[in-house]
Formats: sequence, C-alpha cells, structure tokens
Amino acid sequence: MPNKEDLLTTTQMAKFVADGFLRFDDVVPDELNRAALAQMEAGIERPRGGDPVQGMWQGTAIGDVVQLPQIQGIMASLVGTDPLYDHHAVHIVQPNREEGQIWHADAIIDLRTPFDIQFFYFPHDTPREMGGTMVLPGSHYRRISESDIARYQNFLGQQPMVCKAGTVMVAHHGIWHCAQPNLTDRTRYMFKLRLNPTVRQLRLWNTDDIDAPEVSSELNANHRWYGNEARLEIVNRIKLWRHLTGDEKYDLGYWLSRLENEPTAAALVA
Amino acid sequence: MALRQKLLVLYAHSPDLNSATVAWSIFDGTGKEKHTTGDSEEPPYLSVVAAMRDGWRVIQFPQQHPAFPGMEYNTAYLKYEYILEQLEDVGA
Repeated sequence: MPNKEDLLTTTQMAKFVADGFLRFDDVVPDELNRAALAQMEAGIERPRGGDPVQGMWQGTAIGDVVQLPQIQGIMASLVGTDPLYDHHAVHIVQPNREEGQIWHADAIIDLRTPFDIQFFYFPHDTPREMGGTMVLPGSHYRRISESDIARYQNFLGQQPMVCKAGTVMVAHHGIWHCAQPNLTDRTRYMFKLRLNPTVRQLRLWNTDDIDAPEVSSELNANHRWYGNEARLEIVNRIKLWRHLTGDEKYDLGYWLSRLENEPTAAALVA
Repeated sequence: MALRQKLLVLYAHSPDLNSATVAWSIFDGTGKEKHTTGDSEEPPYLSVVAAMRDGWRVIQFPQQHPAFPGMEYNTAYLKYEYILEQLEDVGA
C-alpha cells in the first residue's frame, strides 16, 4: 500500500474530474530518466494486455519508474493498487517535424463511468519548440471516436506539456490530445502507459480534505472552449464525483437536484 | 485568373454569430500558408461577424437539432461550427 502522503488529495481528484488530467513536475530523478530514455530507445518489452501491472519490467528503469512511491500513490488513488496493464507505447517525434499530430482521443466511444488512466512520462526536457503533447482540459467526457475530432486545430485554453525531464501527466482515457511539432534537431520521446481499474473507484485517495471548499471550486472550473455547453459539462462532473465519492446526493449549484425533483405525493386538499 | 479557396472554420460560443470564438482551424488551398494543431493560442477573429467584416464569406451554418432522447446531457463535438471562405487569385 502506498503511504498516505503519496496518495492524491480530494482537491487533486476534483481537479482530475474537472480537467481530465493532472501533471506532476520533476517526479522522476535524473539518473532514472537517463536510464529510462535508453530503455525507450532500445525498446520496451510488451507484456500481455489484461495482466496485473505490478511487477512488470522488474529490474529495468521503466519498472523502477512505475514503482516510484509517488507514481504508486497516483495509481492507487485513481485505479487502485493492483490495476491491469492495458498497453503501452513509446511515442517518438522525429527532429524537424513541422506538422502537429491531429487531435484525437485514445479510444472509441466509451460509455462507462469507471475510467482507465494513462500515464504520460517525459524522460527528457521538453521545451515548446520540441512539442510536447498538447492536451485539451475538460475534453474527457466528450463522446467521440478516436480521430473524429481531426478537423479542429486550436482551442482556447489548450495546454502544451512543456516540462522538465522527469515530468509525468496522468489522464482520463477520454482526454483529447495531440503530439506537437518537434522543431529541434533532437528526437523527442514520451512513454505512455494505460491501466484499467480492478476495483470500484470509490474514495481510493486521501480523503482528509473531502469537505474542503477548494473541492467545489475545482469542480466548478470553466474551460473557455466549452462555450454554451459549460453547464452540461458540470453535470458530467457531478455524475463522476457521485460515483467516486459514493455520495449520490452530491451537487454543484443545484444543477442535478433541480432535475431530479419529481414529486409523486399528491397535495392534501382541504 | 486561377482562384483558390481558403477555408476558415470558427467555433462560436453560441449560435449567435457575434459570440466569441472558442476554437478555430484554417485550411489554405492557395498553398501559401500551412496550419496545424496547436499553432496559435488566440483565434484569428474574435467572432464570425468579425471575420465577415474582413471579407470572409460564411458558406455553412450549423444546423440545430433537439437532443436525441437519452442523450440530453451528453457532449461530443463543438456545436456551433461556422465555415467561411475567401477566394484568392493565385495567377495563371
């Protein structure tokens, strides 16, 4: 079991529910970054999808990254301590590539409320001219299939992962993202790992701050690209928050309570 | 005279053509400009009307449909997609 201090807080979980991702800068130490990068260049063994991820790549740099206490804490908070390996990929963007990848999500339409996570691990410094991965905050509830969104080029609030070596992002499986051009003369690497939960995703994190005011502030965050659909996205967040907390009455701004008010008792007539 | 089409796709905050642009794409049939994902942080025009005032012609309006039963709270694509064009002479 991870230490409590390595688990996510409720406020971080709320941010994940609102944004669809969290980033953690400088999580992986430099020496391990260099070894992991060498392993990416050489090729990483591909385990079988559906097997437990714990113990995979044992004795290798990538295995050591997965076993870092903070990574284990993030994993435990979102998908439990013993998730399944879904798949991984080493994403490579060649030097002097001027075209960005099309926007996409890494899934077909997925109707579940439970969710998978994807770690995005950046083993070397990634300045803007090198990319990195562009993500669209709050896009994870959208029901689209993979590259259906390829006509879009730019959104208000899009966020490039510009980061130092050792930065890790963890994202909901539905997040919209795209690799950005690499205008440097160096190859860019990023390791992506998808995991499936094996337990109900119910209060798996450090819930000490469950009643903190920052929780509802995070859940209420608007993303500028939503336009007129911001309130529909709030409804999506409320539904996932209820699932994660087990609080079936949870609401923000009375949005769902109002819709659920369907009295059946007849009025007493004198 | 050889006309080529430039397309500007603006996604508006609401069906109002004066409402704010929230997303955008440019496809240039003249071959003079190349656009790709993530290549700008601010839209080329703040609204569809602002683009019209600069000479862009609206060639497609988004249709509005009521939500399909059971999908009233689902979100997917950006609803208010306006396609605009300019024709440019690229010479003989």
